[in-house]
Parts: sequence; structure tokens; C-alpha cells
Amino acid sequence: MPENKEKSLTVDKEWCKGCGICVAFCPKSVLEIENGKVEIKNFDACIQCGQCELRCPDYAIYLGGNR
Amino acid sequence: MPSGLVNQYFRTQNLAHIWCPGCGNGIVTRALVKAIDALGLDKDDVCVVSGIGCSSRAPGYLDFNTLHTTHGRALAFATGVKLANPKLNVIVVTGDGDSSAIGGNHLIHAARRNIDITTIVFNNNTYGMTGGQYSPTTPTGDKGTTAPYGNIDAAFDLCNLAQAAGASYVARGTIYAANQLEKNIIDGIKNKGFSFIEAMTTCPTYYGRKNKKGNAVDMVTYLKEHAINKIAWEKLPEEKKVGKFVIGELYSSTRPEYTEQYDRLIDSFKKGV
Repeated sequence: MPENKEKSLTVDKEWCKGCGICVAFCPKSVLEIENGKVEIKNFDACIQCGQCELRCPDYAIYLGGNR
Repeated sequence: MPSGLVNQYFRTQNLAHIWCPGCGNGIVTRALVKAIDALGLDKDDVCVVSGIGCSSRAPGYLDFNTLHTTHGRALAFATGVKLANPKLNVIVVTGDGDSSAIGGNHLIHAARRNIDITTIVFNNNTYGMTGGQYSPTTPTGDKGTTAPYGNIDAAFDLCNLAQAAGASYVARGTIYAANQLEKNIIDGIKNKGFSFIEAMTTCPTYYGRKNKKGNAVDMVTYLKEHAINKIAWEKLPEEKKVGKFVIGELYSSTRPEYTEQYDRLIDSFKKGV
């Protein structure tokens, strides 16, 4: 994990339904949908705002965790 | 491993949930859980009651005392729970059809009594579970499977309805502005009386597809662009309000609460003996 980040970003692909809400409202374009599931494409750009976790209807992405 | 919040308050063995991709119900449910967490309520002191419909599936995923009841009757069951144990924080999770059509009478009378229940209406403008029939909140002109040429009914303004019927706290939020929705739910739970919170959510599968509203992201963007906070709303000229709607705390007042009045009545008889 980069030193400037307090928290990691965790995705549970089994719960992700690929709606794309987190991708659309991420202010730093960290995320993409790939094969119907969210992928963390640019974690370096993540500002840890938690907008993805706030609006994930499936609880499939969140700040923190080890995955 | 799910997030700490989900682990603490959800029945994770029942997840992933049944709601469609892009359905906003999960966002409203999370806002509710965040509100309960922020208030520091003990899980045993919370009872979540629902009726029938997509939204009413929520208590099945929540690790509180929960009741999944009959269509439209969540508030009737919740009234019983609250009178039996007034110390419980009773929260009703319901949909637009469940609360204002099938359970419309229960809603207005719970509001009239000002019973200390917090009601959260997941308003997706349709009956999602049964296949997209139009509901009392489907905007005029919009389509449903039972309104293939467009709905000619006027839609309910649920917040105005609840306020007129006597609710002592009324707010509206959206799944885009989920933080503000959480704050309104906190204030609703804190209010000693009937609290009504309308959460505008998305149904991309039925309402969205039938009305060509685009995908889930388009529908959330619509809520972002058309919801205006109350403070800004009050300064807007009337012509700029057309097609938009107001969010935030819309009404708050203090008046006698039902279970307290009931206890007072019982006490008056005890003193008479």
C-alpha cells in the first residue's frame, strides 16, 4: 500500500453487480468496470473520500480491509 | 470480508442481497444503518418493521429485531410493537406503494397519532417486485405496465401528505445525497413523535426501462441534478422549481406523543383507585 494512504480500498467481487455507480461518482477516476465487475485501476489517485462506499448499493466496495 | 459497518449490523450470511443491479435500496439501507451507528443505539433496542415490496426486504438483511409483515400493514404492526415496548426505537421500512396505496390509511393515522415511529419510504416511483405497475408516486404521464400509454393520475407528494396528517418530523432525501439522508434519519429517530423520511431511490429495471430513463448511473445523476436543498429551494423563483424537487428537513414540530399520552391515561386510572 502506498505510504500516503491511510486505508486500502477493498472490493468484494462476489457482491458487486456491476451497476457502475461507484465508477461514475469517483472524483478521481480510480475505478472501472471490467467484465461486469468493478476493478481498482488507479489506486495511486485515490483520495480516500469514500464516495464509492457511500453509494455502493451492494456493499461491495469500501475503504479499509485487506483485499 | 465485508466492511466493519456491514459486519456489525447486517446478517451477512443473507448477502449479497436480492435487489437488482443499480437498485438504490441498498444505499438507503446503508444510510439507515449508518444513522443507527452514529446514534450509538444498542442493536437490541432497535426494531425494524417492513411490509411487502422490494424495500420491505431490507429487514431480512439487518441484524436488529426485525419484522417482515403483510402488505401495507407495517405501521399497524409497528404501532403494536411500540405500545408493547415504548422504549424500543421502532423504524418502519416501506415502499411508495406499500405506504401510500395499500397502507395509505395506516400512514395517515400513525402520523395523526404522532406515535414515536420513524418511517422511511423507499420511493422508486413504481411497484418493482410485482413487475413495474404504476404507483401513487409515479409522475403524471410516466408509464408503468398498468399504464402503457402514460399515467393520468396526479402523484402524491408523500412529504406534504405526512405533514398534513400530523407527522412531527418530515424530510426528503436521495440516494445521491446519501450523507444528508443519513443525517435526516438521525434527526428522525431522535424526534419524539412520528418521523417521516422519503428516500428517493432508483428502479432501473422497471421504472427506468419503461420510461427510458437510462441506466442506474443516469438515474442517480437525475436525482443529483434535480434535487435542491431546502435552503436554496426557498430562494428560487417559481419558474426555476419546475421539474425539480426539494430535499432536506422540510418540517419539524413538537406535540404530544402517542405512547406517552397512553401511559398518562393509564396512570390517571391507577391514581383514582
